[in-house]
Amino acid sequence: MNPKVTVKIPRPLYERIQQVIEDSGFSSPTDFVVFVLRDLVGDRALEKTEPEKGARAATNDEIDDIRRKLENLGYL
Amino acid sequence: MIAAHGGRLVNRIAEGALRDDLLARAKKAPRLTLNAREVSDLEMIGIGAMSPLEGFMGSYDLGSVVNNCRLANGTVWPMAVTLSNKGVDAKIGEDIALVDENDELLGLLELSERYSFDKSEEARGCLGTDDDAHPGVKYLKSIGDEYLAGTTWVLNMPKHTLATNYRLTPRETRVLFKAKGWDTIVAFQTRNPIHRAHEYLTKCALEIVDGLMIHPLVGETKSDDISAEVRMKCYETLLDKYYPDDRVVLAVYPQAMRYAGPREAVFHAILRQNYGCTHFIVGRDHAGVGDYYGTYDAQAIFDTFGPDEIAIKTLNFEHAFWDKIAGAMASNKTAAATDPSDKVFLSGTKVREMLVKGERPPIEFTRPEVADILIDSMASKASV
Repeated sequence: MNPKVTVKIPRPLYERIQQVIEDSGFSSPTDFVVFVLRDLVGDRALEKTEPEKGARAATNDEIDDIRRKLENLGYL
Repeated sequence: MIAAHGGRLVNRIAEGALRDDLLARAKKAPRLTLNAREVSDLEMIGIGAMSPLEGFMGSYDLGSVVNNCRLANGTVWPMAVTLSNKGVDAKIGEDIALVDENDELLGLLELSERYSFDKSEEARGCLGTDDDAHPGVKYLKSIGDEYLAGTTWVLNMPKHTLATNYRLTPRETRVLFKAKGWDTIVAFQTRNPIHRAHEYLTKCALEIVDGLMIHPLVGETKSDDISAEVRMKCYETLLDKYYPDDRVVLAVYPQAMRYAGPREAVFHAILRQNYGCTHFIVGRDHAGVGDYYGTYDAQAIFDTFGPDEIAIKTLNFEHAFWDKIAGAMASNKTAAATDPSDKVFLSGTKVREMLVKGERPPIEFTRPEVADILIDSMASKASV
């Protein structure tokens, strides 16, 4: 199976992206779109939608695990 | 509990399904070998010790750090945290697998920028000098000219053999402090054995807070610094006999030393805030090397920031010594002694000479148990 798929976007937007990425280090509009989407719906979004996978406060279970580790190490 | 610097304790350690996904991505990505400092930086970012950083710096942040001691968004940040390229040819938006010198996979970089930066400018801004003899400048000149920026994930923690029972993340120290019921905690950063002068500072500090965290740096240091392994034995012995059990914790700080004097003092303080500490001890020539920095520059630099820019409070101490007149530890602020001959203080060179000869320095300078560990370590080093 091809690991990549085609997503269609309006041509004016595509052309605008071409302008934006000029001299930016992005080699193509595809690279730019992948980067932005990954930022938007990838790891950072996980923090909001699946907090157990992103940065957030520890859950009670995790705090219990940490306390057990601290007890085993002799801190508590 | 004090907030992390920047407001949020970062966690860039991938677990569960996220880790599986990132491992699959790393498998297909080009591999970049990190040096010892970069490995420790990756770990520190991952565990949140470097909050709010979520990866290696881009050019906007680095330029702002170098010139303004702040990230591009205005948050105080004194040190460069960069990743040097070593021949990897990746495009923006692609992944780079981060590996150690044994090619063990440690993490993933989501590449957002490739750039070059004037190393002399970086050195002058962060280290206050571009003298090639400064260890931080030497490091900068030894790495590649191109930096790679982007968010990082830790996929496998670096393998440690030293002080494995003392490695606590900021999240863990925060739970520890809460469990102990400590609201105020002072951190003591050190890369040396603790002699009487440092013992005095830490105990003075402990008089005004709930708890003390001895937090020795165990990342890369200069080759002539005393090894972390020997220092850990000294700390364990000293704490066991001369400190209160219920008010002190020993944990290690896995950062590499930058020897950046005042800026590194700010760095050390901010990172200890991330570990949950409310106070930070700054003594004489903190993080200094040679004569690049003034004796108390590392204390004065904190006055250059606004009152709300750094939450952790510094506790400044002067040079401490044994005061023969008072028969106690003191500093110039508190000593009865005025004549230098009434102040017991030995230079590092003198102490080293004594230890190499197998002589204990005076008990007023260092505890005999600590002296014996250092003597043994020097003897075994000499016999190798």
